[in-house]
Amino acid sequence: MCGIAGLIHRGTTGDIGTEMTAMLQSLKHRGPDSTGFALYGSPKGNTLIMRFKVAEQEDMKHGFKINDQVIERRAEVDKRLKELGATIVQAENATDYAFRYTLDFGGDKKKLANYIEDIEGAEILSLGYGLELIKDLGDAADVSGAYSLKGFKGSHALGHTRMATESDVDIRSAHPYWAYPFADVSVVHNGQLTNYWTGRRGLERRGHRFMSNCDSELIAVYLADKMQQGADLKDAMTDSIEELDGVFTYLVATADSLGMAKDVMAAKPMVLYESDDFIGLASEEVAIRSVFPHEIDTFDPYEGEVRVWKR
Amino acid sequence: MALRTQSHEMGMHTEKLSGRTQQRFFSPSEEENFTYPGAYDVDFNKRAEFDADKLSTSEINLKIRDLMKQGYGTIVMRNPGAKHAIAVGILNKLNLQIEGSLGYFGCGLVDGPNIHIKGRVGWSCAENMLAGTVVIEKNAGSTFGAAIRGGDLVCKGDVGARMGIDQKGGTIIVGGRCGAFCGFMMQRGRMVVLGDAGKNLGDSMYDGTIYVGGKIAGLGVDAVPGEMNDLDCQWMEAKLKLYGMKAPNGVKNMTKIVAGKQLWNYDNLEPSEKKLIL
Repeated sequence: MCGIAGLIHRGTTGDIGTEMTAMLQSLKHRGPDSTGFALYGSPKGNTLIMRFKVAEQEDMKHGFKINDQVIERRAEVDKRLKELGATIVQAENATDYAFRYTLDFGGDKKKLANYIEDIEGAEILSLGYGLELIKDLGDAADVSGAYSLKGFKGSHALGHTRMATESDVDIRSAHPYWAYPFADVSVVHNGQLTNYWTGRRGLERRGHRFMSNCDSELIAVYLADKMQQGADLKDAMTDSIEELDGVFTYLVATADSLGMAKDVMAAKPMVLYESDDFIGLASEEVAIRSVFPHEIDTFDPYEGEVRVWKR
Repeated sequence: MALRTQSHEMGMHTEKLSGRTQQRFFSPSEEENFTYPGAYDVDFNKRAEFDADKLSTSEINLKIRDLMKQGYGTIVMRNPGAKHAIAVGILNKLNLQIEGSLGYFGCGLVDGPNIHIKGRVGWSCAENMLAGTVVIEKNAGSTFGAAIRGGDLVCKGDVGARMGIDQKGGTIIVGGRCGAFCGFMMQRGRMVVLGDAGKNLGDSMYDGTIYVGGKIAGLGVDAVPGEMNDLDCQWMEAKLKLYGMKAPNGVKNMTKIVAGKQLWNYDNLEPSEKKLIL
């Protein structure tokens, strides 16, 4: 089933960590397997933020060597970053197996991502100037607590609670997806794509990589590919309504925008609250009300509808 | 008999059945067969109010039931907070005023109450409604009034996709626009949309009537324009007046959509003859 949520503060920032935690916790019944956040903080010059993991949460419960492997893999990440000319400005342990690095790096991000992900167990969750992508097993309160997300200041955010259907219950298959290799682009999705393999094979031939077998990842890579060819976000999303097959409602965020798209059947829910200074979207109104408990006007976007808001 | 023996041998009758429905069946001599369990005799002059903010869905529905049990016929609920499945299964007359918005599956399976919602409703409001009125002041989500069998279901704002899917009776009225696939497999009843209607309107409808005041993005399979007559106009004017609503361009200028009845299920062929054709 899955639950998705998005919010954007227009012309200001807010405690998006706390807000998105509340929204996703109220959608817990739509998917208890994993929870993910794409939070957009304030960029600090050209400093890149890299969120990555070197093991799955499940891996940490098995095997005698996993703790040593995590240390080895992280050391290898550090070594390869240095090789590529990246300077680690700050390195933080988010959990035992997931990390947050701020980097001084002006090189090719795709090359960096490929080189880092060549390390066994390593996956870059996000690479961007404002975007920080956090996802793990458990509900929103668990993940938010483990990664200390409350108090995270920013302009906009996406979130996802996952009911695993066609792929595994692990971080790799959890949403949101970073639109590799584009900085600051992320996607959450509720639904099912029926032309996943056709689309994936086409995009792989064009040089894109997939980290999971989750159909939602296709949307992120598809949009990245379109933007790589020069389309703007709204055009890319409008094309997706025709070119992606299946039932879907998805949200996408870039450095300064938040967008939503709904398939032509309108088979997956989305409730929208729009005011001059705040936009809130969620699979259920109850999520928006976790941020706005007072009476507000909301509505369902229609079939085939694409909307984009700037922060 | 042979079949029964066979099914016993296949282990299909080995479970021990229990419960009333397994032991007794309908009998016209039993009074309880003519009344709903959980239907209460209420007095409209007895009024109660409660705040639903801190209550769960079950607690809210039990609270309504408890008040009806005590004879309260007018109930005001505040702060429903868009929770799901609120005010479902009310099987008697009741004036219920909801000051706020409901989530999914609100007012489902109701049979008799008059419910007035001052906010918005999510997906599947009044699904399988049997009788009474449900009036929503703001917007409604998709599958509004799915499989409704009777009563009046009114949304003064816009409604999402698949409204009145499998409608079997009653009336659905929308003040604004509606999404795609509305009236899909509609079987009976009336649907009035004062604004625009989405694509595939009335797809595969068996019967019933759809009236649209605005533009229709597209008709579904076997949905065809019908001829508006005086009876249609009189009925619609009277019905809309009940809810303080008006067709922007007058009811005479609305478009009437009915079933063309040309689909395969309307032919008189025997199965063997159909095979020949197919």
